[in-house]
Amino acid sequence: MKKLLMTAAVAAIALGLGSTASLAEAYKACWIYVGPVGDGGWSFQHDEGRKAVVAELGDKVETVFVENVPEPDSDRTIERLARDGCKMIFTTSFGFMEPTLKVAAKFPDVKFEHATGYKTAPNVTTYNSKFHEGRYVIGQIAAKMSKTGTAGYIVSFPIPEVVAGINAFMLGAQTVNPDFKVKIVWANTWFDPGKEADAAKVLLSQGADILVQHTDSTAPLQIAQEQGKLGFGQASDMMAFAPKAQLTAIVDSWGPYYIRRVKAGMDGTWASQQSWDGMAEGNVTMAPYANMPDDVAKMATETQAAITAGTLHPFTGPITKQDGTVAGEAGKPLPDGDILGMNWYVKGVDDKLPQ
Amino acid sequence: MVDQSLAVMLTIITAATPLLIAAMGELVVERSGVLNLGVEGMMVMGAVAGFAVAFLTGSTLLGVGAAIFAGVAMSALFGFLTLTLVANQVAAGLALTLLGLGLSGLIGEAFVGQPGVKMPTLFGIDALVPFSFILTAGVAYALFKTKIGLVIRAVGNSHNSAHALGYRVIALRYLSVMFGGACAGLAGGYLSLAYTPQWIENMTAGRGWIALALVVFASWRPLRALIGAYLFGAVSIMGFVVQSMGLGIPPQFLSALPYIVTIIALVIISGNKRLTQANTPACLAQSFVPDR
Repeated sequence: MKKLLMTAAVAAIALGLGSTASLAEAYKACWIYVGPVGDGGWSFQHDEGRKAVVAELGDKVETVFVENVPEPDSDRTIERLARDGCKMIFTTSFGFMEPTLKVAAKFPDVKFEHATGYKTAPNVTTYNSKFHEGRYVIGQIAAKMSKTGTAGYIVSFPIPEVVAGINAFMLGAQTVNPDFKVKIVWANTWFDPGKEADAAKVLLSQGADILVQHTDSTAPLQIAQEQGKLGFGQASDMMAFAPKAQLTAIVDSWGPYYIRRVKAGMDGTWASQQSWDGMAEGNVTMAPYANMPDDVAKMATETQAAITAGTLHPFTGPITKQDGTVAGEAGKPLPDGDILGMNWYVKGVDDKLPQ
Repeated sequence: MVDQSLAVMLTIITAATPLLIAAMGELVVERSGVLNLGVEGMMVMGAVAGFAVAFLTGSTLLGVGAAIFAGVAMSALFGFLTLTLVANQVAAGLALTLLGLGLSGLIGEAFVGQPGVKMPTLFGIDALVPFSFILTAGVAYALFKTKIGLVIRAVGNSHNSAHALGYRVIALRYLSVMFGGACAGLAGGYLSLAYTPQWIENMTAGRGWIALALVVFASWRPLRALIGAYLFGAVSIMGFVVQSMGLGIPPQFLSALPYIVTIIALVIISGNKRLTQANTPACLAQSFVPDR
């Protein structure tokens, strides 16, 4: 009996020591990506953000990432990370929303950060970037550069972020050419180079001469390059893949945000919030303007500067919707909530929004 | 209009070619009585090997060779597991896919984000397109008009009888499996050298599985596999064409259409007993241990 008590005491001390030791351990932050880190686009940029955290915080932080996580059964992966001692988990795709909330309810001490969603909880924050600001700029460029007056737009899924992107693109294009047309193809995938290439070829054959994509691979730009057409990079600077075709790219910079949030988690100031930063905060940047005349580059630079300064808002009312009704008040930007939940097209988009 | 239709045709051809090549390999494998579910894994290894060698040497021809070699190496591993060690074919095939996806990611890490070398084309058609037709004709001829084809089918239908007649069942199955590996590797190389000349992890995106389904769809007949591959390619590309016309048909429906068409065709085929029973290899997925 005495021996047993001794053992228990030793074990208790060991456990106690163990927990003090873990206090000094690195803060464990984890990421899950929907695609491979090598996609050269969306997941790649999130991983660049993770690397920025490591560069900034060094030994004080331990990072783990899981790539290629299918959205429907991501809750298993998220839960495993939570059990493995991750103190903060970044889930970086829209489809991870419900699984993140489900797991978060089970682990109240773990902080969850879900990218591009709209549902929060006491330990779940959402964060996103105002990509539509960049899409307004590329809309203007497309309208200037297109000879046929038609852009081909390859999209993934009809979620508000994507719809707002199409609308911002069109609003930008219409400031240059009110009759600008866009052909839309839903690829129903974020990442399938072959399928994206197929969609690109079809769009170019149907009279589009500029490609815009809201899917993650570099394939559409490569097709544009091959056929001597133009296009825009997505999420990442894709210049290396299409040096003659890429006009610019909307680049996601997650690093500053990730560093801020991990630091907040470490010093205990982390709180649930809905973060939505754009050009002004450095979350959305544009790759160098290329393959265009100086006056077009100048226009794009000015628009970008105006959005960054806050003097230009892509969704300034009144905006005529596809069905003829009007949204927003004259001279005022649409409320954030309307953009984050956007489920209608602006006038001029020749497509029926899938529901 | 002619230009448009031509461009759409070319897109259909490039979409169908890798499916056709991979399906043709698997068709021979299954005819010999082996079910290799690792097509996706062999394809993705072919894609990474083809890209890596073409990138390092600047020669797409060497790249194609490397893609074939990678597929053969993967299939030889599968053969060793299932034919020599008599492991379960379904489990080994699934493992091969997982291994291929993981290993290709590891090998390909250095090549991510590097622009690739594109196979030269003639009128928008690369050399592998006519090759895929020759391959189909060759497989059809070899399987049904030559002695070796007859023996392969015999091995697939009744390995015990073929063994009793003195044919080397295991050796023939090894050859068939490696032929399947070569085709799958080549199909993968087609993706990274001609279709979208770059290396991205997981770039096969399920095409290996479609090739597997095509074999069943074709009820193990090469010419039907050709029709199936082009039907599948055409339906998926026409989905994009219809969308870009802005007719308002739900895109989710158009995306699902190739699979719906496949299922309908499978139902029609399996409804026809004569068709299925005559062609299904009777020993498919059964292990063979020669009794001495």
